Amino acid sequence: MLDLSNITKTFFPGTVNERKALRGVELHLAPGEFVTVIGSNGAGKSTILNMISGKLRPDTGSVVIDGTDVTKLADFQRAKYIGRVFQDPMAGTAPTMSIEQNMAMALERGKRRGLALGVTKAKRERFAEELKSLELGLENRLKAKVGLLSGGQRQALSLLMATFSGPKILLLDEHTAALDPQRAALVSRLTAELVDRHHLTTLMVTHNMEQALTLGTRLVMMHDGRIILDLDQERKSQMTVQDLLHEFEKIKGAQLDDRTMLQ
Amino acid sequence: MITAVELGLIYAIMALGVYLTFRILDFPDLTVDGSFTTGAAVAAVGIINGMPPIAATVLAFFAGAAAGVVTGLLHTKGKINGLLAGILTMIALYSINLRIMGKANLPLLREDTLITPLKEAGLLGTWLSVATFLLVALAIKFVLDWFLHTDTGLAMQATGDNQEMIRSLGVSTDNQKILGLALSNGLVAVCGGLIAQYQGFADIGMGIGIIVAGLASVIIGQAIFGHRVIMVATLAVVLGSVLYRVVIQLALQAGLQPNDMKLVSAVLVVIALVLPQWSGFRKLAARLKPAAPAEKETVA
Repeated sequence: MLDLSNITKTFFPGTVNERKALRGVELHLAPGEFVTVIGSNGAGKSTILNMISGKLRPDTGSVVIDGTDVTKLADFQRAKYIGRVFQDPMAGTAPTMSIEQNMAMALERGKRRGLALGVTKAKRERFAEELKSLELGLENRLKAKVGLLSGGQRQALSLLMATFSGPKILLLDEHTAALDPQRAALVSRLTAELVDRHHLTTLMVTHNMEQALTLGTRLVMMHDGRIILDLDQERKSQMTVQDLLHEFEKIKGAQLDDRTMLQ
Repeated sequence: MITAVELGLIYAIMALGVYLTFRILDFPDLTVDGSFTTGAAVAAVGIINGMPPIAATVLAFFAGAAAGVVTGLLHTKGKINGLLAGILTMIALYSINLRIMGKANLPLLREDTLITPLKEAGLLGTWLSVATFLLVALAIKFVLDWFLHTDTGLAMQATGDNQEMIRSLGVSTDNQKILGLALSNGLVAVCGGLIAQYQGFADIGMGIGIIVAGLASVIIGQAIFGHRVIMVATLAVVLGSVLYRVVIQLALQAGLQPNDMKLVSAVLVVIALVLPQWSGFRKLAARLKPAAPAEKETVA
């Protein structure tokens, strides 16, 4: 469903600030696969998401979604394939517009927008139905401005908007990181439910190893622009947070050795 | 005073255009000073050359829209700062407007215009003409309301609200800005065309400072009449435009010169922008208005 082949990306090439963000990343997702991506800061997790969403273009390599090569398409041109939830709860919704208007825009993702009324009675009923699944009571506040919602509510709404229109790929960018533990747990639970309900092929970046292990069907660890660990469902289910930390330490240890050798 | 109300209702069309860029797209567009005169010039030349006045006014819309597209392209494709893009188009339009008109002032006194029927029936300056202009302003307001609630209109609102979000939903924010600027300057140009017909001439300087009048209408109107939903916000703009002209009229009656009016306009806008920030004013407003029912914050 999603094929990343030999993706490389260097920021500020040819300057003192040159940084190789991705060094030949190969990642292939089967339909319905739910991959969690972990890694330290600067490992290239967010860069990978930005490559898929089109915010960044790779220096080499290709991005193929469901057989369509989207490498050269701008972010808004490939949006019809991709549902996104951002880290910042404010980023995924338009604050001065109502809940139903936000949902109506999400429903039109990637379609040609004409002069039909954005929110109709039929759509409103559907939105209320979808919102009920969040169990936050938002179905009674369709006309409320999204800016009035709490961070957790906004993130739950973003998640619903990203999933209910049936994207081919769902991208989650540390979408629970900015929430308090209680709300993070709620959004995590909703993520599992919605991905399952819509059978979405999903890529989730997270800093939370617990979450990376409990959610999803496959786990990928990145370091220094490369994928250094790729666990299928079976091996993932046997892992603990301790094991993952151990893997991290192994890399850091190796790095230290290299440096010591050079000196 | 009735004349002030008439003028306010005609200028409301321009203010609605300014509302579209300034409030909806969050883009302070200075093209307006040029495109207002462009509309007047195109309508006047069209009418003088025997076009039906209505067709000449529609043509003015497209001329203004073209100016808006230029500003939009400069800003989105040329990556020029929005204010500067507007200023550049405005300055360029000064020369273009002179080319269209051929000279700095075009009289329309002996021509048949959209205003002629009102004038000949002796209705100008009566409440009947006010009603006519009110109907026109409200019709345009309602079309704008409708547009902003279509799929395209929602995308335009979101473009001014959260660009990253609407791009992630597959909308080209560049195209939305260009479209918004086109519609806005189209409305401004129609207003320019109507004003030329109303006052009986088109003048190269008639657009100078018109953006300030537009901003004053939007800001004063929304400060007084509110802007919670689009329908209310656009109505506030129309009323704000009328209020602005009435204030100008009162300033004139108080003995100020017509040449002082640009200063009065600027001061009005500054007051409307600064006053709501002053804490004493906020307390007063809170006391005057019954407390709005606070949105209940349910725990997520």
